[in-house]
Amino acid sequence: MKNDFRSRNHPAYWAFIVHRGSGVLLALFLPLHFWALGQALHGAAALDGFLRWTEQPLVKFAETGLVLLLAAHMAGGLRLLALEFLEWREWQKTLLAAAAGVSLVAGLAFLLNLV
Amino acid sequence: MENLKVRIWRGTEQGDFQDFEVPRQESQTVLDVVTYVQRKCDSTLSYRFACRVGVCGSCAMTVNGVSRWTCRTHVSKVAADNKLEIAPLRNLPVIKDLVTDMREFFDKWARARGRFTGSTTRKDEFARVSPESKERKRVEAGIECIGCGVCYSACDVVSWNKDYLGPAALNRAWTLINDVRDTARAERLAAVAGDAGCHACHTHLACTERCPKGLSPTAGIAGLKRAVLAATLSGEI
Amino acid sequence: MNQRAQVLLWGAQRISAMVLALCVVVHLLTMIYAVRSGLSAAEILGRTQGSIAWFAFYTLFVFAVAVHAPIGLRTILSETFNWRGRGLDVLTGAIGLSLAMWGMRAVFGVFGAGAA
Repeated sequence: MKNDFRSRNHPAYWAFIVHRGSGVLLALFLPLHFWALGQALHGAAALDGFLRWTEQPLVKFAETGLVLLLAAHMAGGLRLLALEFLEWREWQKTLLAAAAGVSLVAGLAFLLNLV
Repeated sequence: MENLKVRIWRGTEQGDFQDFEVPRQESQTVLDVVTYVQRKCDSTLSYRFACRVGVCGSCAMTVNGVSRWTCRTHVSKVAADNKLEIAPLRNLPVIKDLVTDMREFFDKWARARGRFTGSTTRKDEFARVSPESKERKRVEAGIECIGCGVCYSACDVVSWNKDYLGPAALNRAWTLINDVRDTARAERLAAVAGDAGCHACHTHLACTERCPKGLSPTAGIAGLKRAVLAATLSGEI
Repeated sequence: MNQRAQVLLWGAQRISAMVLALCVVVHLLTMIYAVRSGLSAAEILGRTQGSIAWFAFYTLFVFAVAVHAPIGLRTILSETFNWRGRGLDVLTGAIGLSLAMWGMRAVFGVFGAGAA
């Protein structure tokens, strides 16, 4: 028999879900991102054509989501590096809060600048 | 006080929960509840216990979805609405009802080289290990494990990767790596390396969250990850 | 894959993570700065075209991610689909190689588009 959500319901497990989810989504997004920037190979006009498409509200909303994913994956990753490479005992939950804070700030800063 | 509504797993891997009503009592533990059911309701119920006071580690079960020692879990702590669901430990084959087959759990201790290997005999002097040394403090942090299997049951990596040694075996290996008298360091580091060993751990901290002794196998596993990487880079293993 | 290689993969993912953490901080700051007055090709290419510093930065960024992402995907595929062995390792390598090539195409795009 396997565990269900009642066993998994603790902060470090949510952090794992965020880290894995954001990692997979970022990996899927990367080829798209590289394709978009590769448009510059066809000249500035081609890149501008793509950038005009990104002006739509829905795309902008998705962009903010991506920034949040990136910030969350980085902050969560720094937390994991600290837990794996530094000797620790009691401060892991503080680290978790810090990771959440950093990603939220980055997302908000991007959003405020965007609109 | 109101009666407890108790659901207890019956069967092997296949089976179902059976409902029982158990009188609520002051300072009642989950083990008391299981014992009441076995003595008063259905004598065919199988479960394990020995010491009843958190020393032997044989009464671990899954209580309302969470792996625990039943003897040290008060009903008042887990059954706020007077409901209890009691199941066998996760990640282990079920023999019958609440009894699991713990062979793979202990076999993995052996695979992780959880046995001390020394170079001295009883005729030699005692080894002197300072309680203040870094190694002894690391051993201190992990040595109180009694092998109850709660961490193994709580660990998702064990569910996802059948070969994974699991938190308890790796914690044991870490205490031996830090035992300055031990002579099997390289073999032990090799035994716990890679995808089936310490490097499979995702730092979910489920073992640390659930360990009834308040140990952190995660911290020991992190130590193993570093030690194995260093030994691999230096050519020691 | 032998055990030694598994340990080195784990190490490579952590080392690349450290590099990526630095890259991502720079990337986030650049983005937040760049979107202030709307994105345009002139704005992006004005920064990157002919700049050896940005070229070096994005090259490092692409290679770090080409190491980091496939190792993570290998673990996820293995745990989710109970998949182990040579096929998984070959796929992991192919994903890494594709990311590196596809990413460098983009880097060359923003570095030298004006010349084209």
